[in-house]
Amino acid sequence: MFNPDIIKPENLVYEKTNVLTDAIMHYCPGCGHGTTHRIVAEVIEEMGIQDKAICIAPVGCSVLAYNYFNVDAIGAAHGRAPAIATAVQRMFPDRHTFTYQGDGDLAAIGTAETIHACNRGENIVIIFINNGIYGMTGGQMAPTTLLGMKTATSPYGRTVELNGYPLQITELLAELPGTYYITRQSVHTAAAVRKTKKAIRQAFENQKNKKGTSLVEVVSNCNSGWKMTPVEANKWMVENMFVKYPIGDIKVDGEKVKK
Amino acid sequence: MAKELKLMKGNEAIAEAAIRSGCDGYFGYPITPQSEVMEHLMIEKPWETTGMVVLQAESETSSINMVYGGAAAGKKVMTSSSSPGISLMQEGLTYLAGAELPALVVNVVRGGPGLGTIQPSQADYFQAVKGGGHGDYQMYVLAPASVQEMYDFVFLGWEIAFKYRNPVMILSDGAIGQVMEKLYVGPHIPRWTEEELRKNAPWASCGKPADRDHNIITSLDLDSAKQELHNHKLQAKYREMEEKEVLFEAINCEDAEYIFVAYGSSARIAQKAIQLGREKGIKVGLLRLITLFPFPKKQIAEFSKKVKGMLAVEMSAGQMVEDVRLAAEFRCPVEHFGRYGGIIHTPHEVLEALEEKIIKG
Ligand SMILES: Cc1ncc(C[n+]2csc(CCOP(=O)(O)OP(=O)(O)O)c2C)c(N)n1
Ligand code: SF4
Repeated sequence: MFNPDIIKPENLVYEKTNVLTDAIMHYCPGCGHGTTHRIVAEVIEEMGIQDKAICIAPVGCSVLAYNYFNVDAIGAAHGRAPAIATAVQRMFPDRHTFTYQGDGDLAAIGTAETIHACNRGENIVIIFINNGIYGMTGGQMAPTTLLGMKTATSPYGRTVELNGYPLQITELLAELPGTYYITRQSVHTAAAVRKTKKAIRQAFENQKNKKGTSLVEVVSNCNSGWKMTPVEANKWMVENMFVKYPIGDIKVDGEKVKK
Repeated sequence: MAKELKLMKGNEAIAEAAIRSGCDGYFGYPITPQSEVMEHLMIEKPWETTGMVVLQAESETSSINMVYGGAAAGKKVMTSSSSPGISLMQEGLTYLAGAELPALVVNVVRGGPGLGTIQPSQADYFQAVKGGGHGDYQMYVLAPASVQEMYDFVFLGWEIAFKYRNPVMILSDGAIGQVMEKLYVGPHIPRWTEEELRKNAPWASCGKPADRDHNIITSLDLDSAKQELHNHKLQAKYREMEEKEVLFEAINCEDAEYIFVAYGSSARIAQKAIQLGREKGIKVGLLRLITLFPFPKKQIAEFSKKVKGMLAVEMSAGQMVEDVRLAAEFRCPVEHFGRYGGIIHTPHEVLEALEEKIIKG
């Protein structure tokens, strides 16, 4: 039962960070975008860098990220966020410019911008949401779509003959000397959220210390696009997505992690 | 302060003007016939003197988006390219216009279509003034006819770009880019300090102080009613430019019975053709367009009431001529002459065309 008497400062255990606005998020319930937004915002608050943070929002489901992050923001054309972030960060070297991008944005149309920003070692943070599908446009195939996976443009399942292989862009980026920190995380459990928060904190700390490019991939569900309930989607993600996209650090302090 | 005399290529003048006008960033990708812009900047190393950022991008798609980023953060940023590269930039240009961002883009035009040729051309007129990207938008388009104007229009470009929060294009061509001429350069104007930037561009996304709301730069509005309002605002801005910012030069027009309408290299050639014509007793003048958008509609309408005919001279198959005809509204004959595909017409050819197409008619 709701008891108004318990609403007292000393009973407060959790508060929405001021780095998120009060705008109501449009994300589907159970989607990883909302959770990841919150984590990024909390890290910005905890580091006291709200005045220095500049968000480059993508085209994709998170196109309206600029309405949710209570920081200065720039909406990019589809895939161009790393080029935009490059200019902003080079002109304001003491800021915290970060891009927030989906897999279509980062690994299909924006592949060149992504690879070259990483290869130049731009001092930016890239938050990369990999849900293996184009969420925003209605669930079409992404470069990251798994073999056999059904999407609106691979209705009989992705095949190598027709579509080639799922792109592990994160592993590819780790090969580039410009990248300093590359990790793959998820936000489907409380423990995973804690790890992702640590990773995102690490990425922004690296940026503060001018280490070069840090990228945090978050393997996430797109329950609407996958046509599953959120619970089913997370289960499917663990059983299938995590096989192709294993969770863990890929490159730390400029060194690839030995497996 | 005293002006300094220099001998430079048009492309180098652009680079020199960038440094001296307090430009914060240049982002480019090599392409003939404009590569000297970035080459000159790299030799000058302005990052060591004025603090200007210079970066070679991986493509024109990327360089225009770097410009978009810098502009969104309130900086004075620019790029330059030539026709095929400018085609690749169209996405960025419509985003700049939609998000109302000030920026300077130089097109040193070469012959097309496709990879075309590296020789001068004026066949990108439609792309520049009709909006090569999608949506209802306009750039402010300046057409320099000399190395001096390549230099001067960078300064003018910043002024207009920030006054209207709109991209400005300097539409040059391979001849003006490559030719060496003397020019006067002025003293360095310092780059804006962050305080000046925040004062002059309070809308910029460059970090949110505690005492203001977060700034958002975007061209998106999913609410069509709001997007229509935004379009109204853009159109009002373009009409204001048409009202206040038209630039042109009328040469030998007082007694003219015939008028050449031309810009850039073609205007220089037409000027010589005037001389040849007058030696033969043909009273011909030149309306040299300096802004292509806004287009000097009123001036052309006025002339069309007085003269016996106009010849639009341009190194294209006939693009600007359409706007001249629209402005002249059939009050006098308007014909087109131009060599194209990288060929530059001679003054004799221009005069001959006037005699054939208009005078004999
Ligand atoms: C140039 C261009 N091409 C296509 C689109 C249409 N489009 C919008 S979002 C999107 C895919 C987004 O997918 P992803 O980056 O994976 O993000 P998600 O929606 O899954 O979060 C596409 C193709 C566009 N806006 N611009
Ligand atoms: S469509 Fe997919 S990615 Fe987009 S909000 Fe819904 S679940 Fe998330």
